[in-house]
Amino acid sequence: MPLDKIGIAKRIAKEVKDGYYVNLGIGIPTLVANYVPTEINVEFQSENGILGMGPFPFEGEEDPDIINAGKQTITTLPGASFFDSALSFSMIRGKHVDLTILGAMEVSEEGDIANWKIPGKMVKGMGGAMDLVASAENIIVAMMHVNKAGESKLLKKCSLPLTGVKCVKKIVTELAVLEITPHGFKLLERAPGVSVEYIKSVTEGYLEVEGLIPEMEID
Amino acid sequence: MISKKVNSVQEALSGITDDMIIMLGGFGLCGIPENSINHLVKMGVKNLTCISNNAGVDDFGLGLLLQKKQIKKMISSYVGENEEFERQMLSGELEVELIPQGTLAERCKAAQGGFPAFFTPAGYGTEVADGKETREFNGKMYVLETAFDADFAIVKAWKGDEAGNLIFRGTARNFNPCMCGAAKITIAEVEEMVPLGGLDPDCIHIPGIFVQRIFQGERYEKRIEQRTVRPAKTAL
Repeated sequence: MPLDKIGIAKRIAKEVKDGYYVNLGIGIPTLVANYVPTEINVEFQSENGILGMGPFPFEGEEDPDIINAGKQTITTLPGASFFDSALSFSMIRGKHVDLTILGAMEVSEEGDIANWKIPGKMVKGMGGAMDLVASAENIIVAMMHVNKAGESKLLKKCSLPLTGVKCVKKIVTELAVLEITPHGFKLLERAPGVSVEYIKSVTEGYLEVEGLIPEMEID
Repeated sequence: MISKKVNSVQEALSGITDDMIIMLGGFGLCGIPENSINHLVKMGVKNLTCISNNAGVDDFGLGLLLQKKQIKKMISSYVGENEEFERQMLSGELEVELIPQGTLAERCKAAQGGFPAFFTPAGYGTEVADGKETREFNGKMYVLETAFDADFAIVKAWKGDEAGNLIFRGTARNFNPCMCGAAKITIAEVEEMVPLGGLDPDCIHIPGIFVQRIFQGERYEKRIEQRTVRPAKTAL
C-alpha cells in the first residue's frame, strides 16, 4: 500500500542522523521533525534566522517575533540562536547545514529539481530553495510519485523551470525510496505491498533495479 | 556621540520621493517597519521600487502600498499570500523580479560592505542566471550577482539609542541588519528608544554608523501571519 504523507515523513526521519543540522522545507518536510527519534540530537534551522527550532507554542504563548520560514509561530529549544538572513544563508551556501529536505514538482534522473514555477500560473517565488539546493551536500526530496494528472514526476528531464541542477541525492515518495546515481534513479526500497513493476510503470526516467528490493520499514 | 535621532516618522521619511528605490526589512510580516510603511501610504509617493523579501498581505505591510498602487516594481524572493499583488502582477501593472532569498540578502550585504558584485552558486543552471556572467571555481559553477543600489533602507529594530545603535529581537531580525547602510540613507524605527548607555556595546547588532535616522515607532501591531499553537497546558 502506498504511504500517506505521514508515512513519507516517517521514512525520511530515518535519514536524520545524530549531530545533524537540518533545514526543512514547507509541506511534508515540516512533518519530519515530529518523527526524528528522541534519542538523537538534531538541530533544525529555518532560513528566516533561527537554529534550534522547537515545536509550536502553547496557546496564548505565541510570539509574533518568533516564526519559522512558513511564517508559523514557533518556539526555541535550549541552545537556540537567532541571526540575520545573510548569516542564515552563509550556513546554507557554506555547507554548514548537513541535510536539506524539501518538496518538488519534478526531479530528473540526473538530480535536477523543479519546485518553484509553473509557467502560466501565478508564480510566488523561489524563496530560499535555489540557495538551499545549490550547495547542500545532502538533499532529500519528499514528494508524490505522480502528479494530479497521473503523470510521473520522476523524469528523464524536468519540463518545468529548474530550481537547481544535479543536486538531489535521494527521493522518498509514497511508493519508493530512490537514490540518484550516474545511471538514473536507483530503487532502494518500495512501499509495503507495492511492486517493482508498478514503480517502474510510474517512473519516466531510467529506473535502476538491482537484486531484490526490500520493503520500507516505517515505525 | 553623533545623534541620529529624529522626532517623528514624518521627519524620518523626509526626502523620499516618487520613483525611488527603497529597501524594507522584514520576513513575512515579522520585523517589518510598520510605522514607516503606514506613513509612506499617507505621503502618497508613487512609482516606488521596493526591495523586500515579501510583499505583505492585502491589508498589512507592503500590501497597503500595493492597494494604493504606489509600487511600480517589487524585488523579492517570495510573494504569496496577497491577492492584490497577484492581480497587479498578472495584469502587468506591477513589475516583479524574483530572486533567491540568499542572493537577496547578500546583494544587500554587498551594498553595505562595498562589494560591487559576488559569485553565488544559487540559481546556476536556472532562468535566474539568464544573461548573467557565470564562472567556474574549483570545479563548481557560480553566477555573478551585483550589489543593490537603493536610495533609502527602512528597517525595524527592537531597541535603539540616539547614536543609532540597534538590537533586534527573535526572527524579527531577518533582513533588517543586512539592509542597514546598504542604501544612501538608512532609517531605523524601533519599538523602544533607550537612553544613551542603555545598550551594552558588546550586545549591539548594528552599530550606529550604518544608520542615519532613528525614531521610536508610535504603535506596533505585530500581526501574526500563521498562528500555529499546541493546545494550552492544563493545570496539574
